Amino acid sequence: MATHDTMTDAKPDTPPLLQVEDLKVHFPLPATGLLRKSAGAVKAVDGVSFRLAAGQTLGLVGESGCGKSTTGLAVLRMQPVTSGRVIFEGADITAQQARTGTFRRRMQMVYQDPYGSLNPRMKVRDLVGEPLQVHGMDKNPGEYRDRVASLLKTVGLLPDMADRYPHEFSGGQRQRIGIARALALEPSLIICDEPVSALDVSIQAQVVNVLQELQERLGLAYLFIAHDLAVVRHLSHRVAVMYLGRIVEIASRDELYRAPLHPYTQALLSAVPVADPVVERARQRIVVQGEVPSALKPPPGCRFHTRCPQAMAKCRTDDPPLQDLGHLGEGRAVACHLHTVSGSIPLKVAA
Amino acid sequence: MSTPLLEVKNLTTRFRTERGELTAVDDVSFSVAPGQTLAIVGESGSGKSVTALSLMRLIPDPPGRITAGQILFEGQDLLQLTDAQMRSIRGDRIAMIFQEPMSSLNPSLTVGMQIAEPVNLHRKMPWTQAFEVAKGLLDKVRIPDAASRLQTWPHQYSGGMRQRTMIAMALACQPKLIIADEPTTALDVTVQAQILDLLKELTRETGAALILITHDLGVVARYADHVAVMYGGRIVEQAEAGALYANPRHPYTRGLLASIPRLDSPAGQRLVPITGQPPDLARLPPGCAFAPRCQHADAQCSASRPLLRTLEPGHLAACHHDHAIDASPAATQAA
Repeated sequence: MATHDTMTDAKPDTPPLLQVEDLKVHFPLPATGLLRKSAGAVKAVDGVSFRLAAGQTLGLVGESGCGKSTTGLAVLRMQPVTSGRVIFEGADITAQQARTGTFRRRMQMVYQDPYGSLNPRMKVRDLVGEPLQVHGMDKNPGEYRDRVASLLKTVGLLPDMADRYPHEFSGGQRQRIGIARALALEPSLIICDEPVSALDVSIQAQVVNVLQELQERLGLAYLFIAHDLAVVRHLSHRVAVMYLGRIVEIASRDELYRAPLHPYTQALLSAVPVADPVVERARQRIVVQGEVPSALKPPPGCRFHTRCPQAMAKCRTDDPPLQDLGHLGEGRAVACHLHTVSGSIPLKVAA
Repeated sequence: MSTPLLEVKNLTTRFRTERGELTAVDDVSFSVAPGQTLAIVGESGSGKSVTALSLMRLIPDPPGRITAGQILFEGQDLLQLTDAQMRSIRGDRIAMIFQEPMSSLNPSLTVGMQIAEPVNLHRKMPWTQAFEVAKGLLDKVRIPDAASRLQTWPHQYSGGMRQRTMIAMALACQPKLIIADEPTTALDVTVQAQILDLLKELTRETGAALILITHDLGVVARYADHVAVMYGGRIVEQAEAGALYANPRHPYTRGLLASIPRLDSPAGQRLVPITGQPPDLARLPPGCAFAPRCQHADAQCSASRPLLRTLEPGHLAACHHDHAIDASPAATQAA
């Protein structure tokens, strides 16, 4: 498989903050039948590579079952890895575990569900301060109190909210509590798994803005996992599109949204309605048929060929590697037979 | 405009809860013409789903009750009908598509049975014939290999296919009105586009009216002819879709449009969020429900409730300040 090692997210001499190499996460199926034959495995993540520079946001998008959340969990080392490497701040952390790994001070997570992810029996002070307690940073009560207060202020909450319980807060406020908790140990990377999708429309922007401000102020990097392409565009510097366990396209934000190359990226963008009837009426839409096939038995050849409006004979048999297409933009890579280093095949025009 | 198919007048639905009586739908009026799509848009707790259930008279009583208003469907007030009369309309002339296709399909009946049931029930068609109709309907909603699919079970279907099945059920008796409550919220975006395109195409074919309940302003822009924006149980703005987006008049509508990132908005620009949070229906302020979050709010707004007024023909808004606020589409430009 052709690699894209030359792909750079930052200056060539700065090593990336996070580097994921050929990551695979397979879930073996329980053996069945008399002979206990192995029934194979669900290849949730099947050869994913990307880099994320310090202070930047990499958006990871795709539909349900594409492996984006599993990728996030594997990076956090909360999910055993089948093969591949996760390199964070220069160290290979693949063999470490989330509970014991020293890297976890520097890498935190914000979850999707602001209701399920906060212990209802803990006060906000303890929710936000728990990471400090775990790492023995709560020895001086005065300092601890101040630290929690300043964390709450950082995310736009009031310090005196520390004595309340999660149920007293709205969804957007709870998500801020989750962010304050993630910030407690001054991480360099936060994995955000659908952090705004459970929130009401009018509240989403509040949380999006908090994330953006924190990045500017603290130099945080985000691995931003989401299905909402507009939110991802708004927050990301680079975007990777996943389909059935693979990255099919990765590019800078502007290039990916302005001129998507992979037919799946094109279909995905085309499917998202824009909140403007005039724009909508003028839009050329690409509609793909069918639904995402089961990850249990991904199609042979290109995994997208069963739904691809551009599929050729080759696509049914040959699995296209993710190829670095530097001539189309810095760090741009696509896994599609239409686009190779030697050039692109013109698209079929819809009848 | 031709005579509306459905005309809702001053609909009010109240619920008795532990925290006192609350008004989930408050004095709501709108109408839908044949072949048209009306989108009712709002956030959680805005009353949009309760409005849909009220139209179908599916409000659980107790604790809920429709306390006032008229629901004129083809000139007949649905609120005056007996339960038996209402049952004969539901699934026949008015059909509903729910958000969660898994829990709205019966897991212990075959797909064919569930689609054929309304035909058997309302058209008094023998089962064998009803199954033929069901097969045609599965074809129509583009479920491949329809004949053999009749004998399959909902659990064998993906989310998108379940929602197609729901649409087939809804279309079974060629309804005049289809109410779809967040029909694609649980689905992936490429499937959402397929399902909504299909629904729109089928309603266009049959001339049925569609009431589309959603929180997604993009979906509204793509599929709706008319829009009603709900907030705190009331309609705060109502207009033809083009007019609503080109010139939103209510501060809430403007705020919503400014707060969502769009695929075509200048990237990197800061969003303008609506501060605060949606209202608690049990503790609505005495004045305008949006006043605590509104930058234009003054003493009048917190004291008295603005009525829905016509600003231009077909464009209504419930705001004390709608003439004071600059009518230029500043909010959409900022979005």
